[in-house]
Amino acid sequence: MLKTIGAHIKEYTKASIATPVFMILEVIMETIIPLLMASIVNDGVEKGDTRHIYVTGAWMILAALFSLFCGCMGAKYGAKASMGLGKNLRGAMFAQIQTYSFANIDKFSTAGLVTRLTTDVTNIQNAYQMILRMAMRAPSTIICAMVMSFFVSPKLASIYLAAVIFLGTALVVIATFAMRYFGRAFEKYDELNESVQENVSAIRVVKAYVREEHEKNRFRSASKNIYNVFTKAESLVVLNAPLMTFTVYACILLVSWFGAHMVVSSTLEIGDLMLLLTYCMNILMNLMILSMIFVMISMSVASAKRICEVLNEESTLHNPAQPIYDVPDGSICFDHVSFRYSKSSKKPVLDDISLSIKSGETIGIIGGTGSSKTSLVSLVSRLYDVDSGLVTVGGHDVREYDMDSLRNQVAVVLQQNVLFSGTILDNLRWGDAGASEEECKHACELACADEFISAFPDGYQTHIEQGGTNVSGGQKQRLCIARALLKKPKILILDDSTSAVDTATDARIRRAFREEIPGTTKLIIAQRISSVCDADRIIVMEDGKVSGFDTHENLLKNNEIYRDVYESQTQGGGDFDEGGVS
Amino acid sequence: MPGPRRPQGPRPKIKNPGRLLARLMRFIFKKYALQLTIVIICIFVSVLASVQGTMFIQTLIDDYILPMVKQPVADYGPLLSAIAGVACFYGIGVISTFAYQKIMIYVTQGTIRAMRDELFAHMQELPVSYFDTHSHGDIMSVYTNDMDTLRQLISQSIPQLLQSAVNIASVFVCMVKLNIPLTGLTLFMVFVTLLVTKYFTGSSGRYFLAQQKDLGKVNGFIEEMLNGQKVVKVFTHEKENMEAFDEINEQLFHSANNANFYSGCLGPVNAQIGNLSYVLCAMTGGIMALAGSFGLTLGRLASFLNFNKSFNMPISQVSQQFNSIVMALAGCERIFSLLDAEPEKDNGYVNLVNAKEENGVLTESDTRTGTWAWKHTHQADGSVDYVKLTGDVVFDDVDFGYVPEKIVLHNVDLYATPGQKIAFVGSTGAGKTTITNLINRFYDIQDGKIRYDGININKIKKADLRHSLGIVLQDTHLFTASVMENIRYGKLDATDEEVYAAAKLANADTFIQQLPDGYDTVLSGDGANLSQGQRQLLAIARAAIADPPVLILDEATSSIDTRTERIVQDGMDKLMAGRTTFVIAHRLSTVKNSDCIIVLEQGRVIERGNHEQLIAKKGKYYQLYTGNTIEA
Repeated sequence: MLKTIGAHIKEYTKASIATPVFMILEVIMETIIPLLMASIVNDGVEKGDTRHIYVTGAWMILAALFSLFCGCMGAKYGAKASMGLGKNLRGAMFAQIQTYSFANIDKFSTAGLVTRLTTDVTNIQNAYQMILRMAMRAPSTIICAMVMSFFVSPKLASIYLAAVIFLGTALVVIATFAMRYFGRAFEKYDELNESVQENVSAIRVVKAYVREEHEKNRFRSASKNIYNVFTKAESLVVLNAPLMTFTVYACILLVSWFGAHMVVSSTLEIGDLMLLLTYCMNILMNLMILSMIFVMISMSVASAKRICEVLNEESTLHNPAQPIYDVPDGSICFDHVSFRYSKSSKKPVLDDISLSIKSGETIGIIGGTGSSKTSLVSLVSRLYDVDSGLVTVGGHDVREYDMDSLRNQVAVVLQQNVLFSGTILDNLRWGDAGASEEECKHACELACADEFISAFPDGYQTHIEQGGTNVSGGQKQRLCIARALLKKPKILILDDSTSAVDTATDARIRRAFREEIPGTTKLIIAQRISSVCDADRIIVMEDGKVSGFDTHENLLKNNEIYRDVYESQTQGGGDFDEGGVS
Repeated sequence: MPGPRRPQGPRPKIKNPGRLLARLMRFIFKKYALQLTIVIICIFVSVLASVQGTMFIQTLIDDYILPMVKQPVADYGPLLSAIAGVACFYGIGVISTFAYQKIMIYVTQGTIRAMRDELFAHMQELPVSYFDTHSHGDIMSVYTNDMDTLRQLISQSIPQLLQSAVNIASVFVCMVKLNIPLTGLTLFMVFVTLLVTKYFTGSSGRYFLAQQKDLGKVNGFIEEMLNGQKVVKVFTHEKENMEAFDEINEQLFHSANNANFYSGCLGPVNAQIGNLSYVLCAMTGGIMALAGSFGLTLGRLASFLNFNKSFNMPISQVSQQFNSIVMALAGCERIFSLLDAEPEKDNGYVNLVNAKEENGVLTESDTRTGTWAWKHTHQADGSVDYVKLTGDVVFDDVDFGYVPEKIVLHNVDLYATPGQKIAFVGSTGAGKTTITNLINRFYDIQDGKIRYDGININKIKKADLRHSLGIVLQDTHLFTASVMENIRYGKLDATDEEVYAAAKLANADTFIQQLPDGYDTVLSGDGANLSQGQRQLLAIARAAIADPPVLILDEATSSIDTRTERIVQDGMDKLMAGRTTFVIAHRLSTVKNSDCIIVLEQGRVIERGNHEQLIAKKGKYYQLYTGNTIEA
């Protein structure tokens, strides 16, 4: 894990080394300053040497300035190194996700990926900055101050050593237990927030059943639970401060007592005693900081793990060594194809499918949810690889093609489609970056989108909000079809892409396809029988198998499922409100 | 729409921070006045103990060590008793530190808990319109982000502020007592620190603003592109995407780098000004001690220098706390604004009661009889009338708009006699769902009247009105709990047998039996482990167990396969039997079997009648009905 993350420090290695170096220099200066301080008292004030006070004072100011310089350089390189690491991690993850196949994308949830790229990277970035600046600073302050103390008086310094060991052990013990308690507490806390989320989204159910009081009681008991686990966890943490003050006070008293003896017996100078008291604070304070850093770093471990998962995920699809870049025509052939989404699932999603589609044919695909219509067409543009059998496009196995070339010739209008923020033209040009405005308009005419786009005040310059929220479902679907048409593909796949378009417009789109792009093979998945019944042939899917593949008339005669669907839709089960509204 | 709150500027504008803080303090004090008083006293004691300790270093050298050095035989007696005295002080200091920290846990967690409970309880009382007009992500972030910053404010910032204030004040007094000119010098250096801090937070504020903006841009881009990642793949747009991302990522690096550099410098700069202050005091003090001016002795100088250090520390702490206090108050403002949101109004006084009917006379009953009555208590004389609940619903010239300026239902008249099945048809946006939102008063009408068994629904207590109506929504919401409990949500005191019966009625029993733990299977994530059809069957079972006299059904649109659809349809039909039902219909079979079909267009009722009548009329309904087969 450390290796994966560390590999992305790259060009910021120098800054990553410079930061702790400057931090250590700063610490050394800060240790020297009290030393000079003591010298002023011992050699200057006591001996009445004014010159010594000035000279040493000047040295002190120089040391402070140098310390300032080091501190600022530490800040500079620390910022550069940590923000740079953040940038590289984000970039690397984003690039990695771009190589993901559909199977990889399915594995992570979108929300999960977004969190990894945002919150988790921020966590790591901050932890890294902390490690570079503080984690180096605190131990080196402790060591420097300790060394100096021993230099001044080994006897008194051993008190500090004992104190450090005592406090250090106590803090580590507290932190370990606290982390465990907090881990549990935060789990409960997440659960509570999830239940609030659930309540908010189901508020209509709550109100319809008049369950407000019930919900309040449930929440109150959960909230009481949270209160209990958190107070328990925090009761441990609050031991930190009194323990710290206790140790500091004990040190001061002990050093005062023994120091006094040593001063009286002339084995210690007064200035040195003061110096030791200053170091006391320094040492114990930094021990405290160290324990805090310890907790913070261990909290960011979870983030690091999640980031590594993304970075280490290998794409399940690979380009062949000698790819074919040219798709000869739009013929499609399935030869004994079986397919599962996950290697562990027993039942295949597609089971021994064989069928052959000629270039330029219009094929309708119909079947219930879960009958694997989408899975069938996903294999054509090699969004997934088959388990066994062969899918060929234009006479070649899809795995022999360069993936980009194949997908440029096989345009898919996905069921769950997305428009991006930008103008309508920007969105259309996803299909063809170089398309002229006329070409875009023509594609929209084919998709019956031109009529409503022209009615917008800004026409093709109309801004689409993120996720296409400012156009209706039917408009969105038509824009997505136009976008796919601009690719001028050899095969066009519409996956339930006109479900929100009324039947009349739907029919017009299909007529336009027939007349304007007769050479393109068209695969049309639909729920409505009216959307597919004028296709050349229709595939009826049932439970991962092809139950029928024939013309409308023949299917009505020979295929029970098809007849069943046809009858239920035309004689009593049809989709009512979407029909015929124009 | 749910979604995370967009990152906002580093220093949000707050209208009245003083009043907010005062309101928060009132909230805490109301419950924890005694505890907080103890906390303040403890903080005071612990600071005094630490100041006392610093003072002791002065007396240690001047009053004990120096005299002892001069004694021929050092007498450690006085020193021992002095140290013992200080030890006592220290002991009290440690104890009070522990005490106030411990008390603060209960104050913090208790306040947060009370706040959270109040927030949730208040939220339950808010009208549906609140949830429709506020993004769920924003509401959630009040519970998470804003609560977290508030917790930090109470547990860390407030005690630290108190402690720093006491510290600064007492150290200041001690410094003045020790030496006035050196105190002046120290104060001057503090002033310099404040100026420098202001300069740094000012310019880093600007960079932080840029960083927040760039971060928002990067996060927005990530969210949008990852949501559309499959589209990116099928359009082979990966390269363009990466180039665009690299550009904004680089921009973010620059602004973040600057912001962090500036804020990182603040610490060292303040520390060195502190050191400078220390050095200056040492030099001036050293010279003064040599000259013996202002009664400065060696011991006093040592003490003063320690005070100098402990004076600078709390001041830079306070200045660093400032930003987090502002952030917390901004969160506080959002919490309070949710708490201040207007709750649902309910002036109803007509109650729903179980009733017995004997010889045409209705009497109230304590047990469930299967017959309900509206108990109408007349406000004038306190006399009571009973009206039998039959499910007679009348809309009389109803106008409605979600916002007053935009009326979406115009002059709607409709009537449903008991046991009738009323189907609403019309295209998306015609106002079908809106009408059902009015019957149960999720929204209140602008004009006109809705009568239920002859009673204006505004007079019926909301809870009772809703008890009498069962609703099956199109998007099914299930709770994280067992299947059993999810069904029981419709009637909390239902026995297991009643739950089984309801599940059987809804055709849900078969699939529930096949779940890993049957009725005890725990659903999570809104029933994510169930299919859409199964979720709907559970929603039907939930409505069935409530056994309401009137039903509102929102049929699911397409995307269910024909087999499941038939099972769901059958379940719905069984549920509808014998009840007045309003159904937002998508299926021809439902529409055709209705007693009355209401055709809506753009918020108006344009046709009404049964299937045959409307077909004969050859109007909009005819068009809708036949439209389905135009191209076939």
